[in-house]
Amino acid sequence: MGQLLLRGMLAGLIASLLAFGFAKIIGEPQVERAIALEGQAHSHSHTGAAETQAEHSHDGNAEAADEPELVSREVQAGAGLLTGVAVYGTALGGLFALAYAFISGRLLHLPPRGTALVLAAIGFLVLYFVPYLKYPANPPAVGQGETIGYRTQLYFAMLVFSLMALAIAVSFGRQAFEKLGGWNASILGAGVYLVLVAVAAYALPAINEVPEKYPADLLWNFRIAALGTQAILWAAIGLLFGWLVVGSRERFAR
Amino acid sequence: MSQSAVISGTSAAPIPLKEILPWAVFAGLLFILAMYFVGIEEGAMSIFNSMYVHEFVHDGRHLLGFPCH
Ligand SMILES: [Zn+2]
Repeated sequence: MGQLLLRGMLAGLIASLLAFGFAKIIGEPQVERAIALEGQAHSHSHTGAAETQAEHSHDGNAEAADEPELVSREVQAGAGLLTGVAVYGTALGGLFALAYAFISGRLLHLPPRGTALVLAAIGFLVLYFVPYLKYPANPPAVGQGETIGYRTQLYFAMLVFSLMALAIAVSFGRQAFEKLGGWNASILGAGVYLVLVAVAAYALPAINEVPEKYPADLLWNFRIAALGTQAILWAAIGLLFGWLVVGSRERFAR
Repeated sequence: MSQSAVISGTSAAPIPLKEILPWAVFAGLLFILAMYFVGIEEGAMSIFNSMYVHEFVHDGRHLLGFPCH
């Protein structure tokens, strides 16, 4: 089990280097542009009579713009991004190994590489993509500082509902397995999951804090970059972990 | 083994739950704590009080999809 965990963390670390490369090349230009916009908006609110506006932005996160930076932009976009993605990816790889240990031979009766790939696909959809559809990633300065607690709670509420929906869907699928067979039981499970998350997404309040006249291309490009970063991370973990758990003979087999 | 199937071969025997559980508890908590530091610390919640962690991993926080500023 310790071996399995180490392999998961190794897969996560390597995967996070790939995800970092993508985030750095595709994501960082969007982050830079968003921060440049933030700076502009902030200096605007300081000129003229918009004193209340300036006052207001001071209790938000916007104040970071005129106070000396704790961490420079170069470090944030380089070592900081790398560390953040690597710590997150390695931990994700470890959790992936734990989940793999639970389901392999119990819920999924596939050979190791198939199990890892299916687990990665389901993990990406349930833990990232579905919550993302309801509460998509935002570039810097789109969210309001005062609502960070509320936005974080809602994001994790959606994530937990998605995970609970998966658990319910799996138990439905397992019960139907005897009667319907694997294929149909899986379709039934997927249907149950989709209905449950659709209800949860409909019931949870919407968040839209995108400022007036915010550049649509910047928002779109940033969200695609964020989606791609996580997609690469999960796909690489699934493939690498599967590759690491099969015996070395099988690993290089034709 | 069939040549046409992408996923072929047999599944491994399940790892006993008794063996997984202690790892799951300790390592699982550690992993979740690590993710917490990347995603939430000094944002919605705070263990340290410096903003340094938040500032350092800031871009990762946005690009990994966590709510931030
Ligand atoms: Zn931020």
